[in-house]
Amino acid sequence: MSILVNKNTRLICQGFTGKQGTFHSEQCIAYGTQLVGGVTPGRGGDKHLDRPVFDTVHDAVKATGANASMIYVPAGYAADAILEAADAGIELVVCITEGIPVNDMVRVKATLAGTNVKLIGPNCPGVITPGECKIGIMPGFIHKPGCIGIVSRSGTLTYETVFQTTNNGLGQSTCVGIGGDPVRGLNFVEVLELFQNDPQTEGIIMVGEIGGSDEEAGAEFIKQHVTKPVVAYIAGVTAPPGKRMGHAGAVIAGGKGTAADKFRALEAAGVRTVKSPADLGAAMSEQLRKKR
Amino acid sequence: MNLHEYQAKQVFSAYGIPVPNGRVAATADEAVQAAQALGGSVWVVKAQVHAGGRGKAGGVKLARDADAVRAAAQAMLGTRLATKQTGPEGLPVSKVYVESGSAIEREIYLSLTLNREKGRIAMIGSAAGGMDIEEVAAHTPEQITTVNIHPAAGLQPYQCRRMAFALGFKGAQIAEFQKIAMALYQLTLDKDASLVEVNPLIVTKDGHLLALDAKINIDANAVYRQKALEEMRDESQEDPMELAASRHDLNYVSLDGDIACMVNGAGLAMATMDVIKLHGGSPANFLDVGGGATAERVTAAFNLILSNPKVRGILVNIFGGIVRCDLIAEGVITAVKAVGVKVPVIVRLEGTNAEKAREMLAQSGLKVTAATDLTDAAKKAVAAVR
Repeated sequence: MSILVNKNTRLICQGFTGKQGTFHSEQCIAYGTQLVGGVTPGRGGDKHLDRPVFDTVHDAVKATGANASMIYVPAGYAADAILEAADAGIELVVCITEGIPVNDMVRVKATLAGTNVKLIGPNCPGVITPGECKIGIMPGFIHKPGCIGIVSRSGTLTYETVFQTTNNGLGQSTCVGIGGDPVRGLNFVEVLELFQNDPQTEGIIMVGEIGGSDEEAGAEFIKQHVTKPVVAYIAGVTAPPGKRMGHAGAVIAGGKGTAADKFRALEAAGVRTVKSPADLGAAMSEQLRKKR
Repeated sequence: MNLHEYQAKQVFSAYGIPVPNGRVAATADEAVQAAQALGGSVWVVKAQVHAGGRGKAGGVKLARDADAVRAAAQAMLGTRLATKQTGPEGLPVSKVYVESGSAIEREIYLSLTLNREKGRIAMIGSAAGGMDIEEVAAHTPEQITTVNIHPAAGLQPYQCRRMAFALGFKGAQIAEFQKIAMALYQLTLDKDASLVEVNPLIVTKDGHLLALDAKINIDANAVYRQKALEEMRDESQEDPMELAASRHDLNYVSLDGDIACMVNGAGLAMATMDVIKLHGGSPANFLDVGGGATAERVTAAFNLILSNPKVRGILVNIFGGIVRCDLIAEGVITAVKAVGVKVPVIVRLEGTNAEKAREMLAQSGLKVTAATDLTDAAKKAVAAVR
């Protein structure tokens, strides 16, 4: 088991023939992901990377039976691409694109509400179940099949966490990068629930950052529903208020969204927190030893 | 991207939102001419800076004759105005806005911004106008009313009425308020505003509503499709280092410390700052060079962080991922040579070919120290600046 994606996931790429789409599609194929085709409007009927290209997601789904999509189309068109995928019946939409206007995501979020479509991102590295399916831009080789579920708002901090849990032998069940934008698809709560219900996942590492209150919502959920050990780190203790730290969503606004508040909420929920991301792997090992 | 008050009021006017008559002036003479053209017997002279808290900082002055207008404009123009939002160095005042004075019955707070929890634009109102909304939220949250707007339905009349009654409007003011609220929501959408704030929205002595102040911030991700607003950008109001960084597509934020950071990825960049602090050092900046970390970007990044005289050491932290570490090491070596880096550079590279990259750095003959992991890197950087 794992969550969200596995060896049976049938993936298409939107923005397939572009530079980013091509490079990362190649990487996903090399990892073993079942990439069954791609979409570039106007290129329908072509072959690219030995796979069929379609004009629309509807065409691609009809011809390939795809159930997941990864999106690399430019920011100005990405919201439209997400909605196209959802409308065509894709159940898992992974949007890598960074820089989508907030108003566009507000529309997307409202449109997807109440449907069974799961959106990961935008502005995220994607999702991977090691050894089975990689969707996104993460380096596949640092992963190792195992028992830790990882959920993070940051790409490179996810890689740090993966690297440590690979090196200490724990490995990962699934890693989900939920993205650095203020309005996004899956959030900590939804992913925590999936990990709690996944038999392969024995422990959960959660990497948050300043801005918003999604970590606090996650902490509340953990307190109520999560029985597996959780280790957490929050980036941005030293971030000054009012400044946007790279990610559109990483900003302390009106005194809200500080790392200190998030650490406090997580600790109150019984989560083991670490003050340096370098300690995440070791802390997880320790928590699992205690539990066993 | 932020607009000045006078620019925001131009936008308000275009949407039929009532604002006092006003004119912008770059010199004291122009300010006096503006007052004369506006007529009347009382004016307000307002410093145009991208910050709130101007009143308490001396950036808003009431004037009852031409000499007072001149004196107020002269006192502001060419100076830097420091408010509690700007830090002690303040922001340059190159323009003032001269406005007809208004007879104020009471002041209201009104804004539109993203409600992150709901993923919707929210309209926020408070009868405690003219005050810092964050203070109101902290001490008397019951004075704040919020309505969340569904993007498909848009702002509804009932939501406007709810807000209007909560704010204590009566009679014809209800309809007046609804017209203003609808216009503010429409402009929030049309202009991709991340914040539209009217603080205060006033009730005049004769019972009408008037936007006495106006603030519009534009979503940075949407500036590309707001060409007309982009032309209103005033770069003098932005941090020069952050401005230079944005020209190279680098994400940079100035801090007070002496250890400069260069990192790929926003989360890892924040974490690097935190770990420096954890080991007793102080970060000089936040800098995300992005996923690619090419030689050009690394060179631009070195130039940028070295233009800060406080920097006494540099910590480069790159998790290579798909990009090969030896290529990044080559970029670092080229950049260190080209830029002529004089301070110690600690480099931590992880990912593909990390071993080879460390060897390359060791053999470069440069003052570059390779670190094995994040903790090691932070400790070495802190030691290097001591």
